[in-house]
Amino acid sequence: MGHIVYPYYLLFISAISIFADILLKYIRKRKEWFIYKMSGQTALFQLKNVSKVFHTKDSEVRAVDDISLDIFPSEIFGIIGMSGAGKSTLVRTLNRLENVTSGQVIFDGQILGDLSSKELRAQRRSMAMIFQSFNLLTQKTVLANVMLPMKIAHVPHKEQKERALEMLKVVGLENKATAWPAQLSGGQRQRVAIARALAMNPKVLLCDEATSALDPKITEEILSLLKDINKKMNLTIVIITHEMSVVEKICDRVAIISEGRLAEIGSVKEIFTSPKTEAAKHLILPAEKELNPFDITDRRCIRIVFDGREASEPLIANLVEATGEKVNILCANTKSVGGVGFGQMIVELPSEDDAVERVLQYIREKGVNFHEVQLEEVKSV
Amino acid sequence: MSEAIWKMIRSGVLETLQMTVISTALAYLIGLPLGILLVVTEKGHILQNRIINTILGTIMNIVRSVPFLILLVVLVPFTRFVTGSSIGTTATIVPLTVGTIPIVARMVESSLKEVSPGIIEAAESMGASPASIIFRFILPEATPSLILGGAINLATVLGYSAMAGCIGGGGIGAIALNYGWYRYQTDVLLVTVVILILIVQIFQEVGTILAAKKRHS
Repeated sequence: MGHIVYPYYLLFISAISIFADILLKYIRKRKEWFIYKMSGQTALFQLKNVSKVFHTKDSEVRAVDDISLDIFPSEIFGIIGMSGAGKSTLVRTLNRLENVTSGQVIFDGQILGDLSSKELRAQRRSMAMIFQSFNLLTQKTVLANVMLPMKIAHVPHKEQKERALEMLKVVGLENKATAWPAQLSGGQRQRVAIARALAMNPKVLLCDEATSALDPKITEEILSLLKDINKKMNLTIVIITHEMSVVEKICDRVAIISEGRLAEIGSVKEIFTSPKTEAAKHLILPAEKELNPFDITDRRCIRIVFDGREASEPLIANLVEATGEKVNILCANTKSVGGVGFGQMIVELPSEDDAVERVLQYIREKGVNFHEVQLEEVKSV
Repeated sequence: MSEAIWKMIRSGVLETLQMTVISTALAYLIGLPLGILLVVTEKGHILQNRIINTILGTIMNIVRSVPFLILLVVLVPFTRFVTGSSIGTTATIVPLTVGTIPIVARMVESSLKEVSPGIIEAAESMGASPASIIFRFILPEATPSLILGGAINLATVLGYSAMAGCIGGGGIGAIALNYGWYRYQTDVLLVTVVILILIVQIFQEVGTILAAKKRHS
């Protein structure tokens, strides 16, 4: 019988390995989901079919339309969308500054819609929020501002002061305790707001366009402070923004909101390298005119998108060497997203048709993602 | 002008100040909470309540639209009921207070509305109760503006107190009327007017200085 069993044995082994392979791929794809399930952790926020409808005189606006998503403890979760996409309304349903029209928001196992206003106030103390306009009290000193949430919660005065000074130290403003908000720069004011938000030791920090009023350099500083706090205090952070750069810099996962609906959700790396929906593509790949090509020609142009794999290889140099055809780089934009090189380039092709074909053939062989760009788009700079 | 008239003017000034300050203080005692109520019961605010807001707003407008001189006369029975008399300094305090309450309430309302809605949203996100939001957020933020409003109200009440002279109220207004107008003593009239101007100036200046000292934005 031995000579019959042997091939079956082989078949069995390969079946198992194929099965294991599929399983592994699946696990890898839903890695985070498995990690959280395995570790027994549950989502900090669970949104179930959340909708918010605003009624105006003669129409209704679906600001949030049937959104379901989970936000896990200790992650930095981004919610991105164009202005008017409903993201600010969405974040306000997280601490019930907005009541949902239908669906449920579950925070830390509790359905927010079921809480009495007193219970809700108690919950809100563990959900801090910072804003685009900082919203500091102008008639109170920096220290008094940071003490305020503790004052409301009737923390003993001495403890309030100690904790407030400690939090000001975390945000690097311990020497500004006696200053008035009006004497501070925008970045410093947002730092005070962060200190104030951290004062009650919250479980989550909700950031509503927190860096939108700040210049790029200050934005960077605030973002690295948030990342730092996330690491050190294990604090969950939810960031609402319309700027992709904010998401790519610090978020672990991101949800793309378009016209009130959840267009796409996943790890930042996934979404950046292969945006599937139009809304995601629109946010991630800037329009041709935003790329600002410095030279405008009548020749054909293509846009090459790097998704990390090719970034290490000098594609253009190799192309020129292999085909002998010269291409002209009109503009390029690359960045590192979660440690992966990501970017795009607009390249002007040679004038002769057969040369163009050779170049495209080479790029196709390399398996690089590209598409032709309409010259009108480029011209409309 | 004789020594007697100067003496009378001196006590008149004191009476006027007494009427003005006491009436304004009493008007704030009632008008400030009403002003707060007008703001927080508004649509979309922390204690939204259309019924209270509409009733309160209407009463304020009715009282405010009655000319003060008419209000003085209309309130005579009420004044007599409260103070036992309808003439003199103490009696004048009653109509002055009643007439000033709606002015104070509206002034407070407009000061509180200057507070950025973002501050109230921040307060709510911290888990502040409506009382905390009013006393720890809205009122402190509105303090400089409330002080300026207070100075304006003092000047208004001062003007009203002079009117009270017509129906037997005391104070410098009565002196101006009785001596300056009925007896053609132009010098008395001039002196009282100058004194009234000075008092208003002082109220306004002190208010402005206090508000500026308090303001940090």
